Amino acid sequence: MTPDPRIEPAATAPELIRNFCIIAHIDHGKSTLADRMLGITGVLEARLQKAQYLDRMDIERERGITIKSQAVRMPWEVDGTAHALNMIDTPGHVDFTYEVSRSLAACEGAILLVDAAQGIEAQTLANLYLAMENDLVIIPVLNKIDLPSADPERYAAELAQLIGCDEEDVLRVSGKTGEGVEALLDRVVRDIPAPVGDASAPTRAMIFDSVYDTYRGVVTYVRVVDGSLKPREKIAMMSTLATHDLLEIGVISPEPKPTKGLGVGEVGYLITGVKDVRLSKVGDTVTQAHNRAQQSLGGYRDPKPMVYSGLFPLDGSDFPVLRDALDKLQLNDASLVYEPESSVALGFGFRCGYLGLLHLEIVRDRLEREFGLDLISTAPNVVYEVEMEDGKVVTVTNPSEFPGGKISQVREPVVKASILVPSEFIGTVMDLCQERRGQMGTMNYLSETRVEMHYTLPLAEVVFDFFDQLKSRTKGYGSLDYEPAGDQAADLVKVDILLQGEPVDAFSAVVHKDAAYSYGLSMVTKLKDLIDRQQFEVPIQAAIGARVIARETIRAIRKDVLAKCYGGDISRKRKLLEKQKAGKKRMKNIGSVEVPPEAFIAALSTSDDGSDKGKKK
Amino acid sequence: MRDFGVYVHVPFCAVRCGYCDFNTYAPGEGEFSSRDDYVGAALGEMAQARAAMAGDLRPARTVFFGGGTPTMLDPAALVAMLEGVRDTWGLAPDAEVTTEANPDSVTAASLSTLASAGFTRVSFGMQSAVPHVLATLERTHRPQNVALAVRWAREAGLAVSLDLIYGTPGESLDDWRASLDAAIALEPDHVSAYALVIEPGTRMGRQLRAGQIEAVDLDTQADMYEAADARLRDAGYSWYEVSNWARTPEQACRHNVAYWTSQDWWGIGPGAHSYLGPRIGADGAERGAERWWNVKLPRVYAARVAAGTSPEAEREPLTAADLALESVMLRLRLAQGMPVMDLPDPRAEAIAALVGDGVLDGRAALSGTLRLTVRGRLLADAAVRALT
Repeated sequence: MTPDPRIEPAATAPELIRNFCIIAHIDHGKSTLADRMLGITGVLEARLQKAQYLDRMDIERERGITIKSQAVRMPWEVDGTAHALNMIDTPGHVDFTYEVSRSLAACEGAILLVDAAQGIEAQTLANLYLAMENDLVIIPVLNKIDLPSADPERYAAELAQLIGCDEEDVLRVSGKTGEGVEALLDRVVRDIPAPVGDASAPTRAMIFDSVYDTYRGVVTYVRVVDGSLKPREKIAMMSTLATHDLLEIGVISPEPKPTKGLGVGEVGYLITGVKDVRLSKVGDTVTQAHNRAQQSLGGYRDPKPMVYSGLFPLDGSDFPVLRDALDKLQLNDASLVYEPESSVALGFGFRCGYLGLLHLEIVRDRLEREFGLDLISTAPNVVYEVEMEDGKVVTVTNPSEFPGGKISQVREPVVKASILVPSEFIGTVMDLCQERRGQMGTMNYLSETRVEMHYTLPLAEVVFDFFDQLKSRTKGYGSLDYEPAGDQAADLVKVDILLQGEPVDAFSAVVHKDAAYSYGLSMVTKLKDLIDRQQFEVPIQAAIGARVIARETIRAIRKDVLAKCYGGDISRKRKLLEKQKAGKKRMKNIGSVEVPPEAFIAALSTSDDGSDKGKKK
Repeated sequence: MRDFGVYVHVPFCAVRCGYCDFNTYAPGEGEFSSRDDYVGAALGEMAQARAAMAGDLRPARTVFFGGGTPTMLDPAALVAMLEGVRDTWGLAPDAEVTTEANPDSVTAASLSTLASAGFTRVSFGMQSAVPHVLATLERTHRPQNVALAVRWAREAGLAVSLDLIYGTPGESLDDWRASLDAAIALEPDHVSAYALVIEPGTRMGRQLRAGQIEAVDLDTQADMYEAADARLRDAGYSWYEVSNWARTPEQACRHNVAYWTSQDWWGIGPGAHSYLGPRIGADGAERGAERWWNVKLPRVYAARVAAGTSPEAEREPLTAADLALESVMLRLRLAQGMPVMDLPDPRAEAIAALVGDGVLDGRAALSGTLRLTVRGRLLADAAVRALT
């Protein structure tokens, strides 16, 4: 395709620009549709099309989720006029609501993409509401209409009711076959408003993503609102007033292409040579250092960890490797926070703060995969504010640091959850939320058979296998979204687990008073099965303060000897002993009790299989 | 100077028992073809051994025929192999010569033949006196045959040992006591009692995995061991190794004691292990300690020996650290124990902890000897790990 001079970057009139994103649930085909658009607009030659081009990271590809958004510029002609379309990819997960909100803020419109065989899911709905709050024009689209199980009539009605349009306005496409995609691109040009900004005002551009690249350093994605950005200028970040040299500026189409700059309404990337994404914060406003804007664009906020967990190397000597690995990860993940922690049971590690459970899993996965670490992570917990009777307030990010003494009040974070289920599961969901101390809010019927239920839930209850339970109890149909909604006072206590009278810090948990006994009992029972019998009797206790609430005993082992040892057995037996001795070295010692690392992993996992939490929501 | 002994492996059995993972072959297991040539092959390996040990003039102080079931072979075959040992290395005047035997595969005449040829001792695989236990073990002999076999052995002038197995699936503590009483009533000179180990590759291993049988738990096994030690002690037997009891110290199995005290031995036959400690060869060169073992299949073994090549499958040079660990692992199992100073790295706190846990005899430890208590015998492996 010959480049049209009217849509050259840095020289495109705002009225020829359309900025949009795609709001979709995890497996509803967003990446396939995006790839198809790149193909149809000629940006990506067919032979270069890697499946799901936009999802760059391996983990994303494997899990089918998009963590890091990117923006691709595509030309598209309507009625003989070339337009520049910027497609901004958004993360599709609840942990990244803030990132999603910044991506939405960079757009004037959104494609609401829904699987024609499945209908809308809770997170999509949450993001849709977010887009509507941002006054984005919504183009409703049903995808995968080529599937035999597709039911476009039914879901078109659902979408029409949701956004208040006619059923006929709901486009029907197949990212896989390409059907309807051209019409969709036309609709993007016709329906989505062109960006509006003041070209002569001091420059303001919003950062909606920043990514660390090994070779280029931090790559910052921006949407220019006012003024313009040009190469070799000095820019300033308005939240910190830090200045950087603009080494390169360009657009992605689909590879980075340096340009002469970016004008009003344009979307592209900046490279300043900084090496740490925390210097280029999502939501921050970029301006020119010599001609600063007076007021930053609204909506910026510092990422705030919602969930904490301890990470410990299985092999204590890997601690420095873990530290370096976290330092490296943080270059690319401004929302990851960590500080060194030492556990009596697990040795040296880090207490890490995450945006949510998926974020936790991704970080852990990357540490294990990219840095070859074997890790033990403690059960995720939320942040508690403990008010003492003397008026002192203690912020607890690690249950083992929950204060003793006279406590007047404990506050815990709560979330507003929205749960989407087929109506037959309403009772099931009510039971689950009841068990998890939920307060019911409103309930909306999306259609005759689908309901959106609103609950206020303690975040601690959500991070503890809530999603797994929701999925299994609703036969996989339930979907969940939540957002922080302040905090509440609650009757919370710390339960300690003691082995032979020694508290095992990694097993301490803050739980609701009514759940303390069952937590204690389940832990002592699990540990009884997980810890090998020792040469002495080992009591396992669960206690609130000095009060023991559950107890089990691992009886002393009585037999640990091979009956036979003759000439032909000696080599084999020596090797067996050597292996056992090596196994003993891996043991973590709690007092004089030897605990295999696997016992920690198993005891700390909330589900029976010890994994798969929070994935693929 | 270390003692020298000879082990002869006879890899044949009438049937394979469900728990057996030894290198042995029952008819129909496909490797029986060379049974007739077996003696020839064994004598062939002895000739090779003589050459390899040229200059080493030590006679065999102990000979042990094990299996398998050595008495599956004619007494003449066993005698021929003992003659082979005599011709190859010579037999010490007081040599102990043992054969294992199935109570069903001996007669008064066969035992008498063995005794006249120089055998001094027979070890019967009695295993249990309780029919349902024997059935689970797939042992074919009838309990009353044991008494007969013991009587014949006595009449032939052979010392008698009985092998027992405890912890068979379905065996109760009372079953086990009945077997102990039955064994003691036969007044053997020596008793071995082994906890049944169900290996994954055996028929029992598969039955266990399939849930058809249930393993006896470790606590019950410990009870059974303690019952054995108490009953045997009351009947006048003393333990001299974790799983072995004898009426007098002289009636201990000297061949096995040689294994536990790291003496030298040559193992003849398929799959047999040999060990020679550090030594100076006939050529004057120093050689380090080593262990080796023969190919397992009788047919391959026989073919190698017939071709004049060594039947050795693999050889393992043993480092000083290996030897030190083996020495603790083996000697700690003995009633005589071992001197603290023979530990590669004696640590007072480890010894104190084991005394505190009732694993090591405290009084012996104070006088510098590591000796297991009754409880400690059942925790010997844990003790070795703690001490090395």
